[in-house]
Amino acid sequence: MKNKYSIFSLIKNALSQHENWQQAWGNPEPKKEYDAIIVGGGGHGLATAYYLAKKHNLKNIAVLEKGWIGGGNTGRNTTIIRSNYLWDASAGLYDHALKLWENLSQELNYNVMFSQRGVMNLAHNLQDVRDLKRRTHANRLNGIDAVWLNTEEVKKFCPIINTSPDIRYPVLGGTLQRRAGTARHDAVAWGYARGASDMGVDIIQNCEVKGIKRNGDKVEGLETTKGFIKTNKIGVVAAGHSSVIANMAGLKLPLESKPLQALVSEPVKPIIDTVVMSNAVHAYVSQSDKGELVIGAGTDSYVSYTQRGSHNIVEETLKAILELYPIFSRMKMLRQWGGIVDICPDASPIISKTNIKGLYFNCGWGTGGFKATPGSGDLFAHTIANDEPHKLNAAFNLNRFVSGDLVDEHGAAAVAH
Amino acid sequence: MFLINCPFCGERDQSEFSSGGEAHIVRPKQPTELSDDEWAEYLFMRKNIKGIQFERWNHVHGCRKWFNVVRDTSNDKILSVYKMGEKPPVNYK
Repeated sequence: MKNKYSIFSLIKNALSQHENWQQAWGNPEPKKEYDAIIVGGGGHGLATAYYLAKKHNLKNIAVLEKGWIGGGNTGRNTTIIRSNYLWDASAGLYDHALKLWENLSQELNYNVMFSQRGVMNLAHNLQDVRDLKRRTHANRLNGIDAVWLNTEEVKKFCPIINTSPDIRYPVLGGTLQRRAGTARHDAVAWGYARGASDMGVDIIQNCEVKGIKRNGDKVEGLETTKGFIKTNKIGVVAAGHSSVIANMAGLKLPLESKPLQALVSEPVKPIIDTVVMSNAVHAYVSQSDKGELVIGAGTDSYVSYTQRGSHNIVEETLKAILELYPIFSRMKMLRQWGGIVDICPDASPIISKTNIKGLYFNCGWGTGGFKATPGSGDLFAHTIANDEPHKLNAAFNLNRFVSGDLVDEHGAAAVAH
Repeated sequence: MFLINCPFCGERDQSEFSSGGEAHIVRPKQPTELSDDEWAEYLFMRKNIKGIQFERWNHVHGCRKWFNVVRDTSNDKILSVYKMGEKPPVNYK
């Protein structure tokens, strides 16, 4: 690493009033040709470029981003990381990511503020109890830590929860994954960008893809707002805009793009030291290091690319939050925003080759992609470099919608859709 | 968030309606003849357009009737509303 961050570099730069820090990543103009191009400079795209350069020795790579890096869903999510998914394929995928998270700050020499504060999923009716207990058992069989908590244990773990049996949707218990937690989302994009740039990856911002040039059944390059760039490997990691890019290559994907909202409150002193999610009433909440409550709301029911979301969705979420946490009743909300999420019919992602040679898609993460960022990048890099999926993402191919071998994770996906 | 002009009840808030997704996907006439690829196309593949989309809505908290809408998904502006069975307006592509 050219400019390693350490206590010594901090002291050295403090002595010069922090005016001599080097730029963390380059800002080059695109070359005429690359060995591989990643479309989309979010966490997943930058991680893909990072692992392509690091593990697969591809150095002539570019990441194209139409806005600024990490300005899409990477900077808009609620930063929750967990791996307590039901099916074996998902457990493998998400726990691979969680294991990479555990060492990511050291790996990138960049503090991603990964905090294993635990994630608790609440049950509010008998079916929730059965489903969550089943998921706990499935998790443990897959080597993922999960415990079932009864109502008293939930109250003990997070004392501000209203566990009164008289509320509309009483808390009947919950599951806890202690290894789960949160991380600083911007730092993840910045850390991967810095690491990738350091290995020679060109990160090209304000460069929108306008077309994909094909020669028969293989790709030849990309038309962009900065001109034509030649390449025979294109990895698309465009989240909500995946269908737009697919359309340029004449492909259709099994995706619907919808606004998903989140909001934060005014900052307050530490009050909730874990992440609590509740699918049935649709409320999840954690507290950022700045003290803001970070609250995730639901998706709109219709396709939209507006990055706003509807007011009634926020209202529903806040109703549920207030019933579960009466202590928040006088909190003021500071900011609300929306991101466009690409939702797959089975609530599982697609990390796959396509029937066009050299065109790869990493999409369909829907409402919960942030948690998988390192694993997704690692496995997508493997898929692009070898033109074959890794065994951990083999099940997440595009062909599953033809074969019927779906990975139904609607129960474990946090946001009901 | 926007208003939808239900052809039966008039203009109402979007939260009264339920989205039925892309319109004019024709149900297979002979399901037994369909290949796996054709099933995948019918069941899962969607245009997911950024721009002008033809879609179905149901006034679920009102008259409970289905109808079609032409909407620009990049700004949520509704351009046209027409009843089920009617031909889509030709001036949008």
